[in-house]
Amino acid sequence: MELFPALLRATDLEPVRYLVVDDSVFARKNLARIIDSYGGVLAGEAGDGGTAIAEYDRTAADIVLMDITMPQMEGIEAAERIVRQHPEARIIMVSSVGYQENIVAALQKGARHFVQKPVKPELLYEVVKYVLGEAAVVASLPQPGV
Amino acid sequence: MRMELIQPFINAADAVLSETLACPISVSDISMNEQPYQRRATAALIEISGDIEGRVIFDVEDSAAMKVACTISGATELDHDPQIIRETIAELANLVIGNAVTTLNDQGFRFKVHPPVDHPADRGFHGTEDTEALVMDFGSSSGSVYMNVAMRYNRRRRADARRK
Repeated sequence: MELFPALLRATDLEPVRYLVVDDSVFARKNLARIIDSYGGVLAGEAGDGGTAIAEYDRTAADIVLMDITMPQMEGIEAAERIVRQHPEARIIMVSSVGYQENIVAALQKGARHFVQKPVKPELLYEVVKYVLGEAAVVASLPQPGV
Repeated sequence: MRMELIQPFINAADAVLSETLACPISVSDISMNEQPYQRRATAALIEISGDIEGRVIFDVEDSAAMKVACTISGATELDHDPQIIRETIAELANLVIGNAVTTLNDQGFRFKVHPPVDHPADRGFHGTEDTEALVMDFGSSSGSVYMNVAMRYNRRRRADARRK
């Protein structure tokens, strides 16, 4: 997988911490690999909205990658609840169901952006960078042999 | 089942499979079927409810599932693992159905897509007079993907929507 210039937190220059929420283990593993290529750290995982809320409370991740269609509690409701408790939360919805109504609902509930599956790593990288804004700095790529 | 319901699924499957299998796809067989569904390989089922209701079964040969798993995960090779195959097929079903319902929603249909579940039974889920199952065989050099779509308009919901 392509390596991207690492995204670091501007406050302490530590790697950006991600919470990945998806009921598909396969999708979570795939997103974890993509996060690794961004130089990020997987702070937590959840397979449904309820667990995502608890995991956000525990990890206060810098970025949440949230699926929409999940059992028990769906992603849009989970995003709303997280943002209600933590207005600073940066949530990016990642779903194959990308119709306008869904996107608008997610943004109205506090999500910062929407990315449609299948995820293109280069697109998600730009979205993460945009959502982090001044909270992140871009490190130079490690040089071979250094 | 009307063409306006079918076409988004064909287009979505063609697009997603071409990308995830990383090879050309051919639709070798499309038929309507009222017979009970007969599983051919490893299958996942997704239910849809709302203005349109029904279900879609994704039935994928192991070789094709492993190819998709490699493409999505960026790995050159993965060990043959039934768990990886099941997870891959569920995610593949998610991708195709999600893209199809995105198109249908933009045409004005409102519905909910339920998470995929394993469909281990050999037989079951037959079409009816108003819910024939559309069976499609997507062929590729990595193996076949069968998609079985059985849906119908939810007349009461559509009528309620028109009255409002």
